[in-house]
Amino acid sequence: MAQGPVVAQGPVVAQVPVAASVPVVAQGPVAASVPVVAQGPVAAQVTVAAPVLVVERPRNEGDETSPDPHGEVTVERVELSAELAGGEGRAATADVAAYALWLGDDALILSQQLGAWIARAPELEEDVALANIALDLLGHARSFLRYAGSYDGRTEDDLAYWRDEPEFRCAWLFQQPNGDFAQTIARQLAASVYLFELYTALQGSSDATLAAIAAKAVKEVEYHRDHAVQWTLRLAGGTDESRRRMIRAVGDVWPYVGELFRDEPLIDRLDDAAVRPSTLQPAFDAVIAAVFAEAELELPTGPMSSAGGRRGAHFPTLGFLLAEMQVLARQHPGATW
Amino acid sequence: MTTSGASPRETWPLWEVFVRAGRGLSHVHAGSLHAPDADFALRNARDVYTRRSEGTSIWVVPADAITTSDPDSKGAFFESPAGKNYRHATYYTASEGVPHL
Repeated sequence: MAQGPVVAQGPVVAQVPVAASVPVVAQGPVAASVPVVAQGPVAAQVTVAAPVLVVERPRNEGDETSPDPHGEVTVERVELSAELAGGEGRAATADVAAYALWLGDDALILSQQLGAWIARAPELEEDVALANIALDLLGHARSFLRYAGSYDGRTEDDLAYWRDEPEFRCAWLFQQPNGDFAQTIARQLAASVYLFELYTALQGSSDATLAAIAAKAVKEVEYHRDHAVQWTLRLAGGTDESRRRMIRAVGDVWPYVGELFRDEPLIDRLDDAAVRPSTLQPAFDAVIAAVFAEAELELPTGPMSSAGGRRGAHFPTLGFLLAEMQVLARQHPGATW
Repeated sequence: MTTSGASPRETWPLWEVFVRAGRGLSHVHAGSLHAPDADFALRNARDVYTRRSEGTSIWVVPADAITTSDPDSKGAFFESPAGKNYRHATYYTASEGVPHL
């Protein structure tokens, strides 16, 4: 069991322990003897176990009498289990790697899509909410892709940046464009209800790595589901305009739900390591039915798309998305930042 | 409040956020945010103010519901105690022989 500090390999550190003890914002000199306290999230004194860099918080005059407004906020050093950190050196089999690629690509593409909302969401607060969700998903993607790559010696970055469109295995739901906010919420609703049921079941996987990743992810996805449900209720029950858009969004997104529950031949070869997609549908349908009933939305009954994400046939949006996601890594191979 | 959705430039109501960092500590004002209603104010507060594990409990209060002191009446409100040192417990000298003081 490797327990050493884990080095982030991707462009964004999502779930890897923060490798520095940097107060998020060092509080500047404060007018003498007036215990003014900076308000806001940045004022919290976040201390993370620090192998590298230690920045002492500047002491202000009279600081001893002004306790930190948040108390001593410390962050437990997050020691990822070996399964999540990829430290155990256990390689996936070909079939498990292929399955991990499904799940990793779903999370990666959805994360990249949500990232496009940053600075464009209806309100600043929603920017942060969607970015948080995107980062959670990126963390899941990294764990799955790292594991998938352990089969043939590729890194998570190799898989994210150096595969072309036909080599991706994400389902079409995750490739649906952001559209307006209602469409993003409709996509989030279907995705997060599906992912919650999937990860809940995957915790019982016979593959220890998949089970560990699912156990971590399910808690995060539960919040994503709550976020999507709350927004669905508000958009559907808000103004005439928001309701009109929500109904249209559900109609646009729903044809791509069917693919999520299709059993591909790969599933038959995985036995207990994978979750059989078709078994997730009843629970998915039950949650969606309850939400739609409360939101007074009708479940679309149109035909499901044949889709083909698991075979590498993709929706037209994916190529553009990959071009944007991969261009930097491809122009500067091996660059780190 | 005006009718919701009346103006395209309307913003969500403002909420004040109080976060409790840990057991035994009190809720402390962390900042403010916009949200359409209380449920979302709580979720937004979770996303904006506790994303680095700062809290174990959150309160949100409509900013409208908070009555603040008037900055212009600072003199009447806050400067009156000046010179009234006897209001501090430490002003008095403890008599000898009084235990536990």
